[in-house]
Amino acid sequence: MPIIATQDPTPAGAVVGTPAKQQRGQAEVFGERIIEALIYLCGFSAIIFVFGIFFFVFREGAPFLAKLKVGEFLFSTEWFPTSQTQAKYGVGALIVGTLSVTMLAMVIAVPFGLGAAIFVSEFCKGKVKETLKVVIELLAAIPSVVWGFIGLTVMSPIIINTFHVPIGVNMFNGAMLLALMSVPIMVSIGEDALKAVPDTYREASLALGATKWQIVYRVLLPAAKNGLLAAVLLGVGRAIGETMAVLMATGHSVRIPDSIFDPVRTLTATIAAELGETSKGSDHYQVLFLIGILLFSITFVVNLTADLIVKGVKKK
Amino acid sequence: MNKTTRFNWGICLGAIATLAAGLFLSGCSKSDSGATGSSGRKKTPIANIGSDTMVNLAIAWADAYTKVDPTVSVEVNGGGSGQGVAALINGSCDIANSSRTLEEKEIAEFKAKHPGKDPKEFMVGYDALSVFVHKDNPMTQISIEELQQLYMKDGKLSKWSELGVSNIPGAKGDEVILVSRQNNSGTYHYFREAIVGKKNEMRNGTVDMNGSKDVVDLISKTPNAIGYSGMGYATPAVKHLKVSKKKGEKGVEPTIATTLDKSYPIARPMFMYTSGEPAPHLKRYLDWIMAEPGQKIVAETGYVPLQK
Repeated sequence: MPIIATQDPTPAGAVVGTPAKQQRGQAEVFGERIIEALIYLCGFSAIIFVFGIFFFVFREGAPFLAKLKVGEFLFSTEWFPTSQTQAKYGVGALIVGTLSVTMLAMVIAVPFGLGAAIFVSEFCKGKVKETLKVVIELLAAIPSVVWGFIGLTVMSPIIINTFHVPIGVNMFNGAMLLALMSVPIMVSIGEDALKAVPDTYREASLALGATKWQIVYRVLLPAAKNGLLAAVLLGVGRAIGETMAVLMATGHSVRIPDSIFDPVRTLTATIAAELGETSKGSDHYQVLFLIGILLFSITFVVNLTADLIVKGVKKK
Repeated sequence: MNKTTRFNWGICLGAIATLAAGLFLSGCSKSDSGATGSSGRKKTPIANIGSDTMVNLAIAWADAYTKVDPTVSVEVNGGGSGQGVAALINGSCDIANSSRTLEEKEIAEFKAKHPGKDPKEFMVGYDALSVFVHKDNPMTQISIEELQQLYMKDGKLSKWSELGVSNIPGAKGDEVILVSRQNNSGTYHYFREAIVGKKNEMRNGTVDMNGSKDVVDLISKTPNAIGYSGMGYATPAVKHLKVSKKKGEKGVEPTIATTLDKSYPIARPMFMYTSGEPAPHLKRYLDWIMAEPGQKIVAETGYVPLQK
């Protein structure tokens, strides 16, 4: 394209009377600096709060670390914090409870979540797409205590009657609720990941004669796999940290489950149920904060992994 | 263009300032009018926290007492006896409800935090601890020995057939689902002490519910279940078992009469604790509770009043 030279209306060296450009007032410049400083502070406050919380939790739980036998703490299933004879603090069964409920929830949630993301992104058009997105977001808006209540009163008898198991508040009940809570997150982020795949991929596949489904599982899923994996990991993070729903719907029972219809107890529910009765500074209190640190570490690792995986695609 | 932006910014700040001032002022005035009763003076709050077993009773007392003494307002919270005792030690409540006595280490902690004072105990009634099963369960009585073997760690009973029950309509399998309470509950502590014993631990794997009502709700939905809760929480969907001390003896039904004459073996007194000697307004409330008007409410809500 030919370059058109533009003439500077006020050639260099010429004396100008009233300048055409506008001056900025003192107040505006000062005001802008203040607002910049405030925004800077807001950004940093996120980091400050995260470190502050970690420091607070660690400080409350740290005194117990001296008497802690890490192996017994992490792997023993004897959770007897209020024993009259010998208090035992083994969170093995609680860790198994958290992990088993989360993994079962992911087994249920991932097909539904990713399937919904693919459907909304690829197979849906216009009004249907908009309505579906809004309705899926509504699932995320339901408070977790309401989910817990639904699990306890509605799902429990259904599970007893459909699967012929003795008790309805169990791992399966909790996992179903967690799955329903994680699906909206997976759909939002998964849909973004699929949208990020350039249209040229889709056009090229169509040109090669692929069907829509072939485009999805042969081209789009491999291309968007990092984003989809991040979506799943964020869903996992949500499920691990969930408290109220699992407190009400899993049966709150300290044991290693034999089947998916056994009641279990999670780390989060233990803290929620027991922290109120401990007196500040007692052993039980400190152990509960240690469990908090454990949870913090698990979610931190999960989120960090999700972040690194998403970054991985940019490096390629 | 400069002039318009400055103008908008000024209006924005002005609006935010007015809104903030309005909320602040309305907040202040609301608290004044809320705290003032019909008499026009400020009401003294009494913070009453603790036992979930006693929470319905405490609320009934609070409601009735506002008519007796309009200058105080009693605020009741549940959370379990453990929470009430912790609040008393931490100084965040005036009266702690507890369905069990204070433990040695709790008394020591209280003395450490409040030097020179002792927690003062007031017995305000009795609660018969009922053992509940699903209403269709054919079992009618159970002994404390069998309960111990069911609920104890390494106990020998875990199936309905071992208890002599062969056919519960609607039950799936033979497993006994043990329903219990979470360990902030005074009911849990009392049951552990009275049935399982101080030397043994409770079995791992009981389904631990949050409140007395939740235990009964779960049992009403679960034919395989057995559990314990306060006598006053019975509903038509569950049935309570007669309890005998030893296997083979005649079981005793939990009622007011059998609790007062001590023939029902698992009844416990209910307590209210204050920090040292109670202040005059607290003492008036406690005296009212332990006298005729308060005890009448105890009988009406399904608990056992103090012996006359």
